Amino acid sequence: MITLLSTWTFGLALGFVALGVYVSYKLFSFPDITTDGSFTLGAVVTAVLLSAGVDPALATLGGMGAGALAGSTTGLLHAVLGVEPLLAGILVTTALASVNLVVLGRSNVPLTGLTTLFDRAAAGLGPAIAASGCNSATADEAARMLFALACVATACGLLYLFFRTTLGTAMRAGGDTRSMARALGRDTGTLTIAGLAIANSATALAGGLVAQYQRFADVQMGIGMVVWGMASVFLGAALAGPARLGGALLAAAAGSVAFRLLVATALRAGLDPDWLKAATAIVVLGALVGPRLLARARPAPAVR
Amino acid sequence: MLTLSDATVTFSAPGGPLVRAVDGVTLAIPAGQFVVVVGTNGSGKSTLLGAIAGTVALDGGRIELAGHDITRWSEHRRAALVGRVFQDPRAGTAGSLTVLENIAVAARRGLPAGLGWATSRALREEAAERLGRIVPGLEGRLDQPIGSLSGGQRQIVTLVMATWRRPELLLLDEHTAALDPAAADRVIQATAEIVRARSLTALMVTHSLAQAASLGDRLLLVHRGRIALDLTGPAKRRLTPDTIADRFDRLRRADQLDDAAARTLAATYR
Repeated sequence: MITLLSTWTFGLALGFVALGVYVSYKLFSFPDITTDGSFTLGAVVTAVLLSAGVDPALATLGGMGAGALAGSTTGLLHAVLGVEPLLAGILVTTALASVNLVVLGRSNVPLTGLTTLFDRAAAGLGPAIAASGCNSATADEAARMLFALACVATACGLLYLFFRTTLGTAMRAGGDTRSMARALGRDTGTLTIAGLAIANSATALAGGLVAQYQRFADVQMGIGMVVWGMASVFLGAALAGPARLGGALLAAAAGSVAFRLLVATALRAGLDPDWLKAATAIVVLGALVGPRLLARARPAPAVR
Repeated sequence: MLTLSDATVTFSAPGGPLVRAVDGVTLAIPAGQFVVVVGTNGSGKSTLLGAIAGTVALDGGRIELAGHDITRWSEHRRAALVGRVFQDPRAGTAGSLTVLENIAVAARRGLPAGLGWATSRALREEAAERLGRIVPGLEGRLDQPIGSLSGGQRQIVTLVMATWRRPELLLLDEHTAALDPAAADRVIQATAEIVRARSLTALMVTHSLAQAASLGDRLLLVHRGRIALDLTGPAKRRLTPDTIADRFDRLRRADQLDDAAARTLAATYR
């Protein structure tokens, strides 16, 4: 039971990566490699602030802010300096590898003995859940999971509301069709920078939560996160079917949980953990080219 | 009022010669005039339109619109004064957004975007009224992705979007070229109606000689980056597709003569 709850918590925390990738890749058609770097950055900044005695909520917000900075840097490289999206992300992520190492001081830092957001959730909700009859360890784990669930649900709600404002709608319009947004007076460069800031603050929040949940931060922990996010978005979309903005955001977060469950099942069935990233990449490749291959196999529809 | 003074745009292909796509064009379009622009392929008419819209930078000269010197304004800043419809309906609308959301973005053209709701009941009602008046039935599709409309319907929505807030200038860049003839006719009809009803200043580039002859108060024929013909009043009204085609032929023959003369000269002085 505890393992299952823990899988859910992890999947929900990583759901923020899925939300970030949904914003950058789906809304802005921007394949944002910065995701890998900003996930680690969020973890590292949160861990360092926590270790310095900062309140866990503020430490987590600090990590998010750092992620927003990383995202806007990538946006700036692309929108102002004209660097291609992939290259802009690679440059920032490469630079972040140094930044993360310098900020953390060494390659990994344990967070033992420090109070995390998850500890607060367990302390606050655990006893109430334990009162319903389960043992206290399970109740604490359930509290952590519920906390992660509440965070992700709140984020989905806030993103949904934001993307329905005039600013958010202009961002979606610019991400969809640049020429349209410009012709209607929107500076698509600024919108892209803001969009990537939002996306990467979500990703950094995931990093900060994961670091607090597993009680350590590691400079390698972000590797492959952009592919993880894509896998979650694709899986969520496949499970939910065609959906508008709100449904698609929920589907992305749910996709992350579903993918985490899938991974846990595969590991239990004997998948060598070393092959996990390769398997994730193959899933994403399949989701990208599968529909195209299927369409090619089908006879072409008659042209009207 | 739109004024171009000695506007020049030069392109250089890598390793190729410099090409003056717009060659010192001076032009004044008074408010309320509907101008039709025709020209041969590569004549510079699209570049001219791009220079006014702000997608192409001028190498020389000035552009003024409604009392503002917009020569150095960015494309999105000019959008506060200029409404645009593109050749491809997909370029002027965001396909994954609903019809109403597209209109919501258009309703804020030239206004700051903030944290207010993009769509409202008032906007919905106005959109239903304004769309339904032009294309009956469209008012019932406000919540569908605009990508689900046909090309012609989508282009009419783009037209409504471009003119939602009254623009100082409406730019139409071969906006029926990608449509089938029936849809093109409907879009042209809607264009003429909207321009007339709101007495807009409009600049329409077209490939269709029939449109060039029947629409607008003024015809500009662009050739080799210059305005080769500028007709208004009775001279414009007398134009038929045949007389415009005839003008094109004459320009082409003159080009051939020029080329032949250039070859002869080159041979003589070799």
